[in-house]
Amino acid sequence: MTAAEIRTLILAALALGVAALLPLTGSGYWLGLGLNIAMFTVLATSWALFSGPTHYISLATAAFFGLGTYTVGLGFETLPYWSLVALAGILGAVLAALVGLATLRLSGVYFVIFTLGLAELVRQVITWAQNMSGQKGLYVLTDITEDHIYWQLVGLAALVYLVGWLIGRSRLGFALRIIGDDEEVARHSGIDTARAKVLLFMVPGAVAAITGAMLAPRYVYIEPALAFTPMLSFQVVIMALLGGAGRLWGPLVGVIPFAILWETISSTFPNQTMLLLGVSFLVIVYVLPKGFVGLIDTVRRRLSNREGWT
Amino acid sequence: MRSTAPVLSVRGATKRFGGLVAVNAMDFDVTEHQVMGLIGPNGSGKSTTLNLISGALKPTSGTISLRGTPITGLAPQTITHKGIARTFQLVRLLPSMNVRDNVVAGAVFGHRRRWGAEAAAHADALLDRVGLGGKGDMPVGQLTYIDTKRVELARVLAGDPTLLLLDEWLAGLNPTELRIGIDLIRSLRDEGRTIILVEHVMDAIRSLCDRCVVMSSGSKIAEGTPTQVLSDPDVIRAYLGDDDD
Ligand SMILES: Nc1ncnc2c1ncn2[C@@H]1O[C@H](COP(=O)(O)OP(=O)(O)O)[C@@H](O)[C@H]1O
Ligand SMILES: [Mg+2]
Repeated sequence: MTAAEIRTLILAALALGVAALLPLTGSGYWLGLGLNIAMFTVLATSWALFSGPTHYISLATAAFFGLGTYTVGLGFETLPYWSLVALAGILGAVLAALVGLATLRLSGVYFVIFTLGLAELVRQVITWAQNMSGQKGLYVLTDITEDHIYWQLVGLAALVYLVGWLIGRSRLGFALRIIGDDEEVARHSGIDTARAKVLLFMVPGAVAAITGAMLAPRYVYIEPALAFTPMLSFQVVIMALLGGAGRLWGPLVGVIPFAILWETISSTFPNQTMLLLGVSFLVIVYVLPKGFVGLIDTVRRRLSNREGWT
Repeated sequence: MRSTAPVLSVRGATKRFGGLVAVNAMDFDVTEHQVMGLIGPNGSGKSTTLNLISGALKPTSGTISLRGTPITGLAPQTITHKGIARTFQLVRLLPSMNVRDNVVAGAVFGHRRRWGAEAAAHADALLDRVGLGGKGDMPVGQLTYIDTKRVELARVLAGDPTLLLLDEWLAGLNPTELRIGIDLIRSLRDEGRTIILVEHVMDAIRSLCDRCVVMSSGSKIAEGTPTQVLSDPDVIRAYLGDDDD
């Protein structure tokens, strides 16, 4: 490990430690905001692990998230909570593998549409199943508090960063960067591109399902429209791209301001959240194609050029 | 160890695109340490033939074998693992990576695999080898045209392939670069590499190839030493008649 890597590791551990202290403030507002930030950090960072290097835009987050939520909702009375979280991760990975096998040979456009359709499909299936059994939703009554959920998410975030860092240094991560640059070259360099993409797509699938499982007790009452809301998928994409999907820490830089803005707008002008989503999208396309990370890189380069550093 | 079996043998390889027969029942062998020129007018099916060998396209019919084992229709990555590496007629580099990582890309997943410091050292040695010593940290966007070709060559060499497919590697070079390019390929030949060279530059064909296969409209029309095929009336007619097609 280089000195820079050790410094990053220490900083990350410190940041994590500080983040874990948030519930001690005893403020419901800060805890709620922290929960959202932790949740979206986990979702957007794992999303970018796959979509950053491959440039495949996945709108399947809600499908995996809802799958995890329902795993807990259906199973919490019979199985221990922790086993359900693990089960959700496995189910998410399996669903991602199936989706990947079916779609990752297709071009990017088909992939986007398929992933969006997938969340809708799963939602319709569950709605139909519930109608058959005469229920509308599920009660998830546990003694898990918001503090617990928050700590779980912070722990999951640490895990996601660790996995992302390891993938970045692995052959799989390198293969994905090559695929993102030129898939034809990747294949002719000996990379099984379909396998690499499916393997990596399983990571955000598992993580989003685990996140959904962790959040289920917070909702108390879950129904398909809540667990599989397509809004979640769009929020994750926007935050990841706003921050910058090319770096491990990029999505976090998008999640924090966006989550705060979202919280503020939805509490003062509850009908304008779609507007925020739209405006953010325009900002990404026209102003920040490489996200805040790209902006930071440009500023740094300008500074170092002007002052003759390096 | 000397093997008499050809490194590559192509039998009846055919590729149809709808009604067009781009490659028509091609037969040829490439033996160890041989540089085989695959020549012919534009559109005669040379690149398509390379695509069939490298796995970029699947043949409509026919067989292709590497040291006696069929590789017909396998995926490109599998064929790369088995030891065939290629350059592209239009250079393809990895734009987000520096020169060294472009070469490392060929070293990690190829015929012989390396990783980490070993792969980086191997890439640097190959960069020296193709005349790009010291340029490993450069972004590929800043390279001159011939240097982009050198990076691509280093990348395909990085997996230690047993057979190298070069698709018009010398095309588009200016006269000075052409000399350098021909010398570079000659040095590969002198190392005893087995190469299929798709080429238009006559000087290169004469000085580099042991044998040539000439294609016209998808079919083989001649085969032999460069001197033989270049004086063959059918070959001359095919080249001169190029404009009429
Ligand atoms: N992917 C493809 N689809 C349809 N036609 C193709 C394709 N690739 C090549 N061809 C056609 O096949 C013929 C041979 O092309 P090519 O192998 O590129 O020739 P060469 O490399 O000898 O110039 C040409 O007529 C070309 O238009
Ligand atoms: Mg060609």
